[in-house]
Amino acid sequence: MAVTQTNFTIPDFSISPKIDQIGVEERAKRFTARSIKTTSKLSGLKLVLNMIDLTTLEGKDTNGKVKQLCYKAQHLHNNYPDLPTVAAVCVYPSMVKVAKNALGNSGVKVAAVATAFPSGQAPKEVKITDTKFAVDNGADEIDMVISRGKFLQGEYNFVFDEIATIKEACGNARLKVILETGELVTYDNVRKASDIAMYAGADFIKTSTGKIQPAATMPVTLVMLEAIRDFYYKTGKMIAMKPAGGISKSKAALHYLVMLQETLGSAWMSNHWFRFGASSLANDVLMQLEKERTGVYQSANYFSID
Amino acid sequence: MAKEKSNTAKLDFKLEYAAAPESKSSAKINSKYGLFINGKFEKPESKKYFDTINPATEEKIATIAEANQTDVNKAVKAARTAYNNVWSKMPAKERAKYIYRIARMIQERARELAIIETMDGGKPIRESRDIDIPLAANHFFYYAGWADKLQYAFPNKKIAPLGVAGQIIPWNFPLLMAAWKIAPALATGNTVVLKPAETTPLTALKLAEIIQESDLPPGVVNIITGAGATGAAIVNHPDINKIAFTGSTDVGKIIQRAIAGTNKKATLELGGKAANIIFDDAPLDQAVEGVINGIFFNQGHVCCAGSRLFVQESVYNKVLQKLRDRIETLIVGDPLDKNTDIGAINSKQQMDTILKYLKIGEKEGAVMHQSQCSIPKKGYFIRPTLFTNVAQSSRIVQEEIFGPVLTIQTFRTDDEVIEKANNTPYGLSAGVWTDKGSKIFNLTTKMRAGVVWANTFNKFDPTSPFGGYKESGFGREGGLHGLGAYLK
Amino acid sequence: MNRLQVLKTYKIYIGGQFPRTESGRYYTPLNKTGKPLANICLSSRKDFREAVIAARNAFGGWSSRAAFNRGQILYRIAEMLEGRKEQFINELKQQGSSHNQAESEVNTAIDRLIYFAGWCDKFQQFSSSVNPVASSHFNFSTPEPTGVVSIIAPQSSSLLGLVSVIAPIIAGGNTCIVLASEQKPLCGITFAEVINSSDVPSGVVNILTGKPSELVKYFADHMDVNAMVYCENDKDTQKLIQDKAALNLKRVLLYNDINWNNSEAENPYLILDAQEIKTTWHPIENIGGAKAGY
Repeated sequence: MAVTQTNFTIPDFSISPKIDQIGVEERAKRFTARSIKTTSKLSGLKLVLNMIDLTTLEGKDTNGKVKQLCYKAQHLHNNYPDLPTVAAVCVYPSMVKVAKNALGNSGVKVAAVATAFPSGQAPKEVKITDTKFAVDNGADEIDMVISRGKFLQGEYNFVFDEIATIKEACGNARLKVILETGELVTYDNVRKASDIAMYAGADFIKTSTGKIQPAATMPVTLVMLEAIRDFYYKTGKMIAMKPAGGISKSKAALHYLVMLQETLGSAWMSNHWFRFGASSLANDVLMQLEKERTGVYQSANYFSID
Repeated sequence: MAKEKSNTAKLDFKLEYAAAPESKSSAKINSKYGLFINGKFEKPESKKYFDTINPATEEKIATIAEANQTDVNKAVKAARTAYNNVWSKMPAKERAKYIYRIARMIQERARELAIIETMDGGKPIRESRDIDIPLAANHFFYYAGWADKLQYAFPNKKIAPLGVAGQIIPWNFPLLMAAWKIAPALATGNTVVLKPAETTPLTALKLAEIIQESDLPPGVVNIITGAGATGAAIVNHPDINKIAFTGSTDVGKIIQRAIAGTNKKATLELGGKAANIIFDDAPLDQAVEGVINGIFFNQGHVCCAGSRLFVQESVYNKVLQKLRDRIETLIVGDPLDKNTDIGAINSKQQMDTILKYLKIGEKEGAVMHQSQCSIPKKGYFIRPTLFTNVAQSSRIVQEEIFGPVLTIQTFRTDDEVIEKANNTPYGLSAGVWTDKGSKIFNLTTKMRAGVVWANTFNKFDPTSPFGGYKESGFGREGGLHGLGAYLK
Repeated sequence: MNRLQVLKTYKIYIGGQFPRTESGRYYTPLNKTGKPLANICLSSRKDFREAVIAARNAFGGWSSRAAFNRGQILYRIAEMLEGRKEQFINELKQQGSSHNQAESEVNTAIDRLIYFAGWCDKFQQFSSSVNPVASSHFNFSTPEPTGVVSIIAPQSSSLLGLVSVIAPIIAGGNTCIVLASEQKPLCGITFAEVINSSDVPSGVVNILTGKPSELVKYFADHMDVNAMVYCENDKDTQKLIQDKAALNLKRVLLYNDINWNNSEAENPYLILDAQEIKTTWHPIENIGGAKAGY
């Protein structure tokens, strides 16, 4: 990881590479056929835990709910005191302060969704204020949404400028740019939006809000990973990736790691460069770890739902 | 403020793939196989046998009978008798039902067949399991349905079966090629003498067992084993009406010459040196996958392999970088391992041929780039290989290598690449990668090749005719057009 | 005093030109009564070689020409033939036909051209398929012309046999080099004049005269010829052709059992004999599982 070069020409996004759907889906399927060594699987599952952005993004979120989640983030399972923590807790801006206090110096980051999440349908000033509020309250990471309406209208400059503006508002916080791939519909659009986001200053590109179906899928994530690879080839700058929504099983998460490894390589294999946006994935991973430890299949009753 | 600790776990994590070999135990292989003639496995009159070995381990798998002229005579006689007495008289509907039955039995034993195919030939289990065996079954299923509908395929034509078909198949897709040959021959009412390649006879012999179990009348399909001499005896047999051959262009020419002046009809599916063309507006990542699949599928032992890559100059560096990165992720090794992308080279002889070409390439001044992957110490393996700095006149660009070896050339304009792509005696297949529809049709219509893949590569289907232009042979296999090869 | 008749010099037809044979050799076929017909070029292998070059050069344009236009051109040949009917009847009579036989042969030849003119833009539909493959791909198969075809025209007939073997070959977009009947060569060259005035591009049809015994080997072994047509029931020559054809895997079409005088010689399968089936694949996008519009 190193930002070796930051001067680059901004490309013409209307000529972002095209994606063939059938081809990318065939390729994505191939990753699921890899069989992983048991030892590798165990450390892989721990890595998955460490890459999770534990998320609560509900209208009915309360301080109490967020505090519980933050406790879980730091103590995933009593049988495993040495388990890593999750990467971050992801909340609305209004909950950042609560989360920050609850997490203390645990190292677990606080990520805040901002810019009128999830629709992004608000004026620029509101989005800036939203972002700054979260940052001022201590957010380490900002998950913004792009203006999909503008994107689909072909106003790529607007989308670009908005991302650049929010990046500026973030200060030191890392910026995740949510493309909401389910609303962009085509892989061509996903690729183009990925390119716009990276050139506009995104630290992460992220698939989805979790509010729209389909959310993260392997092919859409692959399209974004390949965009990251091309950006890296061109600029030498690493961009992180976050598939979000729809990944709830350990097995699926391991498939994502295989895809990450074979597409971007081991440099990306840490929570600095890859995250899972998920709420129920952690428990499934824990169940798998317990199964490996005890040798028997597990019941959900033994894992806390927070 | 307390210093925040890092939550980036220092995990000793390395993604390692586990050997996930298919168990050989579910494959029932006899230690010795006779010749399948007239519905029975018989000892060869030649009294001779040869070994078939596993190219991934160099270990012997089984002993196989070697058919001589007398054995071939017996097989042809059985086929002729079955044609005259049974098969040509049977109602087409009944014929169809036998073929359907064979299709189903292949499906039932798919797992076993896949394992044996991989052991005998060296191809990755992922391919034999997901491609070879299902396609073979589907081929029988597709042609079964034609048996009683033939007149709809050839309106106003008086059609009739040819009689006895002699069929000689290669080692790269053993069971699939047997299916490509036998299914349309039976559907059109012919009887068959089939010879699998000497390095990969096992799945054809398992198919013989299936045919035996299916109660297909004795002699309708005869499967005899042996090498070139056995094949020659089939080709030259006076009571054979049709030769269907898949293999090298050199042998194809010998066959065409051998049957000159006889009334034998021929279908020849021969070599290739396909161009795979990437334009700058192509979906590049999928194109790279297509190139990988085009040349490394089945270790490059594919007559329609995309062995000549043409990249438009404006994206050459990008594509080359992607290809070089991509081949590093290919796993070369135990073919029975589900993770394996590239299995074993089919035989020592083929490995020597490929190695010879690698030397020729370097001697010609081409730049060779191979993946850094480890390969097993035992068995026949070759790392995926790219050659740059090659010219149209390089031997490695002109000649079919039949291995995991890709040559890469650049081009600037459409006309230039069309000319270069067609500048070969072969004409089996071609690939075109571009996002522009009108350009696709310009290229696909101008490629002098029997199968053209646009924005995809190496796809096969029973309904889809396959076969070459020029020295890649003549006749089609698959689809409606494949029926014509077995009818008067 | 009767006017002295101007005799016709029969030359060969290569690339839209009427040269004499480069060999300078001639032969003089006789009619039934033993009377010499004319001095006829004894074409050499070099004439054949030139004709193959002309045919190869013409192939790209002819094969990619609109099928509808090829149909019009074949129809045009028929029109021109109709206009010169009397000349052909005379030549056929010189070569031994009765008037009725000659008239019937010319009429059938004209009708046969019209028959194949009609197929030019239809045989593709007859022999193409859209193949229902099991994956998400669009897959179709269409015929494309094999290329340059060498033809030894039927010996028994001067005009009808010649027309019957040329028509399906060029209707399908191939180009050809035809050796006219050795003993009945007159119509071959006169037909070349018809071709030459019928909008047929130069090189699409090349017509030579001479002896099959001398030329058949070259017709069969030329590496830039993709297919060969032979119509006689001569086993040795058939074998020779098939043997030489193997040099470049030429497609050999043996038409010794076709009766050119009747409708056996009229079917689209004769066109398809000199066609290659090309199958084209392309992925079909199915994003979002969009519902059909009904």
